[in-house]
This record gives sequence, C-alpha cells and structure tokens, in this order.
Amino acid sequence: MDSMIFWTLVVDGVVNGTIYALLAIGLVLVFVVTRVILLPQGVYVSFAALTLSQFQRGNVPGTVGLLLALGLAAFVIDLLRLRSRVTRAWLIRRVASDLALPAIMYVLVIWLVPLRPNMAVQIVLTLALITPLGPYLYRLAFQPLEQASVLTLLIASVGVYIALTVLGLVFFGPEGFTANPLSSAQFEAAGVMISGQSAIMVAVSLVIMVLLWLLFDRTLIGKAMRAVAVNRVGARLVGIPISQAGEITFALASFIGAVSGVLIAPVTMVYYDTGFLIGLIGFVAAIIGGMGSYPLAVAGAIFVGLLQSFAAFWNSNYQQVVVFMTLIPILLLRSLRAPAVEEDE
Amino acid sequence: MKGAAARWLAWGLAILLLIVPLTPLVPEFWVTLLILIGLSSLTALGLVVLTGMGGMTSFGQAAFVGFAAYTTGLLSTTYGLSPWLGLPAALVVTGLAACALGAITMRLSGHYLPLGTLAWGISIFYIFGNSAFLGGQTGMTGIPPLRLGSLSLIGPRSYYILVWLAVVLSLVATINLLDSRVGRAFRALRRNAIAAEAFGVVTARAKLIVFVYAALLAGVAGWLYAHFQRTLSASAFGAEANIDYLLMAIVGGVGQVFGALLGAGIVIVLKDLLQDMLGRLGMFQDLVFGIMLVGILQYSRDGIWPLLSSWLPSTAPRSIDPAADIERPAPAPATSSGPLLALDKARKTFGGLVAVDDVSFNVGHAETVALIGPNGAGKSTLFDLMTGVRRATSGRVSFDGASIERLPPQMIARRGIARTFQHVRLVPELSVLENVALGAHTRGHAGVVSAILRLDRTEERRLFAHAARRLERVGLAKEMFRPAGHLSLGQMRLVEVARALCLDPRLLLLDEPAAGLRAAEKQALAKLLRELKGEGMSILVVEHDVDFVMGLVDRIVVLDFGKKIAEGLPQEIRVNPLVIEAYLGGVE
Repeated sequence: MDSMIFWTLVVDGVVNGTIYALLAIGLVLVFVVTRVILLPQGVYVSFAALTLSQFQRGNVPGTVGLLLALGLAAFVIDLLRLRSRVTRAWLIRRVASDLALPAIMYVLVIWLVPLRPNMAVQIVLTLALITPLGPYLYRLAFQPLEQASVLTLLIASVGVYIALTVLGLVFFGPEGFTANPLSSAQFEAAGVMISGQSAIMVAVSLVIMVLLWLLFDRTLIGKAMRAVAVNRVGARLVGIPISQAGEITFALASFIGAVSGVLIAPVTMVYYDTGFLIGLIGFVAAIIGGMGSYPLAVAGAIFVGLLQSFAAFWNSNYQQVVVFMTLIPILLLRSLRAPAVEEDE
Repeated sequence: MKGAAARWLAWGLAILLLIVPLTPLVPEFWVTLLILIGLSSLTALGLVVLTGMGGMTSFGQAAFVGFAAYTTGLLSTTYGLSPWLGLPAALVVTGLAACALGAITMRLSGHYLPLGTLAWGISIFYIFGNSAFLGGQTGMTGIPPLRLGSLSLIGPRSYYILVWLAVVLSLVATINLLDSRVGRAFRALRRNAIAAEAFGVVTARAKLIVFVYAALLAGVAGWLYAHFQRTLSASAFGAEANIDYLLMAIVGGVGQVFGALLGAGIVIVLKDLLQDMLGRLGMFQDLVFGIMLVGILQYSRDGIWPLLSSWLPSTAPRSIDPAADIERPAPAPATSSGPLLALDKARKTFGGLVAVDDVSFNVGHAETVALIGPNGAGKSTLFDLMTGVRRATSGRVSFDGASIERLPPQMIARRGIARTFQHVRLVPELSVLENVALGAHTRGHAGVVSAILRLDRTEERRLFAHAARRLERVGLAKEMFRPAGHLSLGQMRLVEVARALCLDPRLLLLDEPAAGLRAAEKQALAKLLRELKGEGMSILVVEHDVDFVMGLVDRIVVLDFGKKIAEGLPQEIRVNPLVIEAYLGGVE
C-alpha cells in the first residue's frame, strides 16, 4: 500500500467517522435521557437521504404521508389517554404540533415539489419532514413505557425499527438512490484529492457538535435534560417534566439522523434499509464510549470509520465483521472492570 | 381429587393434540407448519429461560441455530458422516461457541449484553454468508435426510414425530431444570443476583450455564432444521430470524416455559395467514409484527400465556416430608479462642467519601450485638464488607480467626455467615418455600444434569424439609406455597430471616429485620432471636427500633458518619452523651 492509498483511506475513514460520530452522539443522548437504545436512529438516515433524492427527482416522498399519519396517531392516542384531563392549553399546543404542522408540511411539499426548488429548499424540507418523526414516535411507543426496564425499552425499540423499515420499503421501493452532491469542488492536499462534499460533511458535523455542546452547556433546557440524565427522580422532584425532556431528545436524535442522511445521500447509494448498518456502526462507537461519554463516542466513531475504511480495502466482504468484532475486545475490557455482581436498575 | 382429575384431563388433551397430526385428518401443509412451530419453539424456549428466568436478552440466538445447522450440514455433505453423528457434533460446536461468546459478554449486565449479542449475531451472519466452505452466498445444498434403518425421514409426518419428540423432551428438561436447586439459583439471577451470591451461588457461572443451555436448545433446533430443509442459506440465521425468536418469546410470555410454545405458534401461524392475506403486500407482515411487539409491551408485558394459564388446572402443591430433613452435625467447635467475628480498622472509601472509617469491634460466640446509628452512618456498607459484596479499602475482617476480607460472597456464605437485606430481595414469582430453599443452596450438590434427569429428588426433599422447618420457626408455615410477591413487607422480612437460617449460619447478620413488622411480629422475632442465641448462634443486627434492640442484645456498637462513636451495654449506650448527640443533634 503506497502512501497515497494510505492517506486516501485515512480521509475516507475520517469523513465516514464524523458521520458515525454524529449518530453516536444522538444515540448516547437518547440513551442517557430516556434509557432507550434507539435502533431507529439509522432509519432516519435512510428516510432523509431517500426523501432528498425523491425531491431531486420531482417526486412527493412517502414520508409526507408518514408525518401526517404519525401526528394524527400521536394526537388521538394522547387524547384517549388523557380523556377528561385534557386542558385547553394542551389542546391548542397539540393541535398545532400534531395536526397543523404535518398539514402545513404536506401543503408546502405538494406546492413546492413541481416547482423544482433549489438544493437549500430541498434540504430544509427534508429536515422539517424527518425531525418531527422522533417526538411522535417517542409519544407513541416509548412514553407509555417510561418506567420500564432498559431491556423492555430495547425490545420496543426493535419493534419500532421493524415497522419503520417496512414503511421505508413501501415509500421508496427496493431500489437505491443517490442525491446530487452538495458541492462539486475538488481540492488537493499533499497529493490526496479531497472533495468539497467531504469537506462539507466534516464541517457540518463539527458545527452540529458545537451547537449541541452549547445547547447542553449554556441553555436552561439543555441543563434540565442533563439533570434528567443524571437523576430522573430528582429531576422530576424539582419540576422538570421527564416526558418533555424525552420528546426534545428524540427530536434532536431524529434531526441528527436527518442531517446525517442529507450528508451521505450524495456519496452513498442509499437503500431503504441502509440506515440499519450505519446506525449499528454508530452503536459500536457509542459502546466504545461506554454509552455515556460524548468525547469518547466521537473518538470511537473516528476509530471505527478508519477501521472500516482499511478493512474495506483489505477485504470488502468482511469489513462489517471486522467492525463488529472490535466490539468483543472492548466488551471484554468492560467486563473485566465491571463488578462481579451488578444491581439491576 | 378434582384438581388431580383436571390435571389428567389436561395431559390427556395435550397428548391427543400431539397425536392427531399423525393421522390424515390434518393436511400435510399444517403438519409442516407444526414442524416449523416446533423448531422455533425450541429456540424461543432457550430465550424464555435466558430472559424470563436469567434476566439476560440475546439478539444472537439465530447464530447458534446456524452453528448447529452448518456443523451437521458440513459433516454430512463434505465429510459424509451419518446425520445422527451430526447431533452431538453440532451440540459440541454450539456449546463451545456459546461458552466463548458467553464468557465475554455474560458479566455485562443490562444493555451491553443485548447489544453485544446483536453485534456478534450480525458478524456471524456475515461469516456464514461469505465462507466458501459453507456454500457462501448460494448456500449449502444436498444435505442428506435422517434415516432410521432403511426408512428416510423425509415426509412431514415422520419428521413431525422427531421434532415434537425433541420439543417435549426439551420442555420436560427445562421444567425439571427450573424446579431444582440450580434452577432456583437461575431464577434469582434476574433481580436478586446479590442475594443469590450471599447464599453461595456463583452468579457468573450460573449465568454462563443458562446461556449455554439456551444455545444448546437452539442447537437442537439447528440440527433438526438442517436435515428437514436439506439446504441452508445464511439468511435463515440473520437479524430477521433473531427478531422473530424474540417476538415469539415476548408474545407468548417470557415468564413461563409454555410461553415459548404459544409464542412460536402465534407468530408462525400469523406469518402464514398474513402472507396469504397480504399476498404481494407480504412486506406489511413485519409492520404488523413491529406494532404488535410494542403493543404487547405496553398492554400486557408478560405476554399472552398468563392470560391463558388461569384456565388451566393448578399444579399439585409440593409435599413436604419432615423426616427428610437431616440436620448437619453440630458446627465444629471454634478453632480459635478469640471472638467469632473481628473487625480491625475496617475502612471503605468511595472516591473522597469515607463511608466506613477505621471501624473495629468484635462479635463473640453466642453473642447478640446491635449496630445502630443514624441514616448514612455506614451500617449497610459495613455489612457489605463483612459479606464480601464490597471489598474493604483497608483493614481486616476475620471470621473464626481466619481473614475473610478478600473472599467473594459465596465463600463467606460457605463459612457460615448468613444475612438478610435492608431492601427485601426475594424472587416474587417463586413460592415462599422455594425462596427459603435458596438459602439451603450450599447444602445440596445436584447439578444441571441430575436436575434435568430428576436424579436430585432425594436431595430436593431434604432441602425442602429443611426450608419448611425454618419457615415454621419464623411462623410462616401457612404461607409456604404462596408466591413470595404476595406477602406483606413484614412477612417478606421474616422469609428473609428463614432463608438465612437455612444456611445454618454460625453468624447471622440481620439488616433492619423489624422494620415493617407489627408489634406482635416483633415480639415473635425477638423470641426467635433469643432461642437462636440459646442454640449458640451469634447475631449482629442493624436496627432503628431502639426498644426492640435494648431488650434483646448483649452489646451495642454505635456508628456515626462512618466512625464508631460508642460501644457498650444497652444501658450505657442509652445515657451516652455522644450517642444522644448523634441521634438528637448537639445542644449548643
């Protein structure tokens, strides 16, 4: 392997690694706040990538209908659950968030798609379609299980994942799509070609990481969510609504997933189930970070990105095996440090 | 006899249901479906034991089915061995794989384990699909059928017998296993691992055994599957199959063995019906399954079996033969002349916090000592140091002259220290008697194999008689067969005392035994503790109820902020100004 191939693989690995890092951060975030291991994170990636490429083909993506359906379902089920405890303020807020928002998105998409809007509009529409899916899913599937064990939540997460994957197949069919690149610039650094697309991927990922850090370090909402992560009962006692923290976290996770999808759509052929593998690799990164540390998760993600890129060069059939098998020494290390008997939560 | 008659009827019906598919009354198509149900229920049964009893979840069971299927496939095609030899070979390979994977992941609790299984489940799937010697992407073909003499087991009806024989044997084996000394230890793993350790169970090993057992059930299914399908492709052992198995276990109910059977039946029949109904829209089947999984977790977390089982006749209560209880020879006289338990500058720090600060005191032979102190004084941490749950940062804990501060909880239990817990740690779904019998774990020796083959019945009778007698002593003989979760808090505390007595301890550690007891129960408990002392048992009791302690104990040790602030006779402690200050605050 000459040095040019080496550096090309490194660049490739780092670019992929930043995407895994974004996903890993989303996964850690959701896990610490709600204790849900969010398998559907990868589905958001596929949905966003495919929605964007549908816009570019002048089609109305099926995710518009999904948004309408999930909003309506969340509204109706919450209404049934609350029944007589429904207040006027609740009703106004939920009609806006569950019914009006999807309806507006629907009208916008129907109106704009035939006009073939530019890339920026397509991206904004994509993010606005995918992000609200997170909170709806949280309310439908996970909020009623708020008190359940991590294991129960994980199984529910599997259920949601299966259902969404099927919907992905229904909306987008079995074919893969790519989107137009965000930038067609090419520049050379030390003999290695770096595309503008790669640079944008890394830059956007970094910006999102900084924004998240600002959110959690500088804002009251962010601090409240950290409080929930540290001590749920304590947070509830000082008046932080746990469910709302869950909704916000899920919204952040689906936003992160959607951004990742938009970023990878131009460089990868995305199928309806591509997100699963990408999401799982995000998990490997998150587990390397112990499901609790953001910087470690990012480091783990870059490591996994590099590993995958070199493994693919070595033998593409086994690249996933190599990535998942790295989990074994990491888990082994953790198990040696774990106490002999652990308290169940 | 009404109960017994109903049970006979239920068994008769079950046997009839098993035989009917052998007759032409049932179309072959349905027999094939029943074979698939049987195969899946084997794997799901493993998952039920693993999740419902052992508290671990695996997304990798399909990989074990695959290990077994490919092993027998490879041996019977490439190497031309008899398919019957494939069974032991498949089980050895599956068992070894499970040992290796389990050793890595079993000590991880909670979410790491399922995620770990997910990861290696996928890796193994890729390896199956990409290995040329296993047929690669196209799969393995031409696997020979099983033969009995000149008869090939090819038709569904003949294969049906074999599959359901395996299912029935596995069910019996599993039921036997769960109703045994090791089985009780397994069932304590889910929520009471600390209690199990305190009574001599090596939980890490128990978890590994459960894991390997579940894998072996999947292995049997894999062997049967390979010689039924006679072609193998990796897709049968992928993520989708794993999710199906999990769905079966959850739908049926992870708490009971029959849940696996029911779950496999429901899922496979539903799959078939949905395929017919949806036709080209077959992909919607998984949408239904996904929503079903979430729905069941939200509305009936224990699955469907519990809803049905109330219609079935109850099982016969266990008979207790008091004569079976053989007392241990009286404990050997003390080997050392010193105190039974001695703490010498025991210290425990958590980061910067000193929870136990160089505490020294003794408990003599046949002496009752109370450990008191305000909340957060370090009493429970001290208990943890004495029982090996936590390791002292420095200092010595010695029992009967030998140092025990480095021993694991199981070894300390075997030396004769038994404890109760401040927060009750019983297995709610097991009967009171079975919970107490967990305390007699170290009195038995029967392992997994003798449990499955029911060679452990004499020992079991002995353990239960022993446990029943301890229950009588705490006054709960009447509640013996009720699920422990149905008792009041005070009764649960007494069950914990009975469980500790089952160990025939030389030192009994009681953590707030009187909390939640009514006045009459407290008096009965005090009377029991005096009797035990009369029999030569040493007792160390943590208690908040000062009246209870004052009349009962020989000596009192007072802790405050991790330090020993006083030690002496009850009447001295009552007037000690330091103690009064610690409890009531200083007078400025």
